[in-house]
Amino acid sequence: MNYHWNWRIFWEPAPNGTGNYLDMLLSGLVLTIETAICAWIIALAFGSVVGVMRTLPSKTASSVGFAYVEFFRNMPLLVQLFIWFFVLPELLPHGSGLWLKQIPNAPFYTAAIGIGLFMSARVAEQTRAGINSLPRGQKLAATALGLTTAQAYRYVLLPMAFRIIMPPLTSEFLSTIKNTSVAITIGLIELTGEARAMQEFSFQVFEAFTGATVLYLLINVVVVIAMRFLERALAVPGYIGGK
Amino acid sequence: MFASFDFDVIRRSFGYLFLDGMTFTLTLTGLAALGGLIFGTLIALMRLSGFKLLGRIAGLYVDLMRSLPLVLVIFWFYFLVPYIGQWVTGSSRPIQVGAFTSSLVTFIMFEAAYFSEIMRAGIQSISKGQPAAAQALGLTYRQTMRYVVLPQAFRNMLPVLLTQTIVLFQDTSLVYVLSIPDFLGAASKVAQRDGRLVEMYLFAAAVYFIISCLASFGVRRLQARIAFVH
Repeated sequence: MNYHWNWRIFWEPAPNGTGNYLDMLLSGLVLTIETAICAWIIALAFGSVVGVMRTLPSKTASSVGFAYVEFFRNMPLLVQLFIWFFVLPELLPHGSGLWLKQIPNAPFYTAAIGIGLFMSARVAEQTRAGINSLPRGQKLAATALGLTTAQAYRYVLLPMAFRIIMPPLTSEFLSTIKNTSVAITIGLIELTGEARAMQEFSFQVFEAFTGATVLYLLINVVVVIAMRFLERALAVPGYIGGK
Repeated sequence: MFASFDFDVIRRSFGYLFLDGMTFTLTLTGLAALGGLIFGTLIALMRLSGFKLLGRIAGLYVDLMRSLPLVLVIFWFYFLVPYIGQWVTGSSRPIQVGAFTSSLVTFIMFEAAYFSEIMRAGIQSISKGQPAAAQALGLTYRQTMRYVVLPQAFRNMLPVLLTQTIVLFQDTSLVYVLSIPDFLGAASKVAQRDGRLVEMYLFAAAVYFIISCLASFGVRRLQARIAFVH
């Protein structure tokens, strides 16, 4: 293979003047984590609400929830980001559209919101599955005790459901982190974007991508370990994986 | 609101969008699903083979692919495939690889990891009595897998495999990062040429939405039928 390897490239100064190439990748890593956390908060908030809606007795609520999930699940994330980034400002009235185009850091906000909403459909499906996995008796017992529907969800169903769906939520969070790389297409220079920039500046293709790969693996390992602790702490006694 | 829109741009570029773009997307989806299924099944068999080393390698591959974002994997293979080609053909310099081949290799290798997990679950869902009975009948390991275990695993997992293929169909849009004219890439080219971002992206979104909706509706029907036959 006539490829010129140079692993010391990481310690050579980068042309963008912020330090060496390693700093460049690390700043991408920070942006990836920031975007992923913001997106995850949105995904959890919207996903839980929609997931609960899909299990409610009300026909309207469950069909609104169904439409929401289908809407965000059946379009590629890339297309959704394009819609938020390029199309939405044009559809708004002139003044607010212009304001939207001039927000600093627009790619960051677009990515956080777009990826958050995209993932919220998946979180909603997990929440619904968690609630539906509970024995029917739980809800019946809560109702028999005189709890309102809201109280039954707040004190009986959701605390159990969320603890049960911790493992699938972990993998959804990992997907959220990976999905932030799609935002490279709207100009967010996160980890993959920095690796690409490093490759273009230095011509060391494989070193740049290896660096990014190692950092992604690192995030995965950290998240998996952290979530394992959380899962163990929250596991429901008496269930598989419980104490 | 839609007064200043020019939806005629869609009619003008219809042939390019569908004959070039959508054909690329669907061919890539179909071939990548097929290749991913074949390699995925091999990986699943490696993991369940009982050979420690073989299982380890397969497991590492799956974990690696599943912890990397697809965009990064697309970049990796885009630069790696010419070197792989050089190595395979034994030529003296990296070979030129077209956009289609490069993305096909990428998606087959990436999806193989996901398909292998589905096939592994499928194989493990077959009761132990089945391979035991096959062996009692004198079938070799190969025959047991070929005629007894894999057909049932495949059938049980068909809805999940098809759902993964729908995800793959949506994911192929990411070849956009290599400026390859798949359906979204074609729509984007027209959008930028004619300055019609709004119309083209809304149209692309609608097309992806309709195809994915119809496909997942079909999968649900199939699932109900499979469950009924059982």
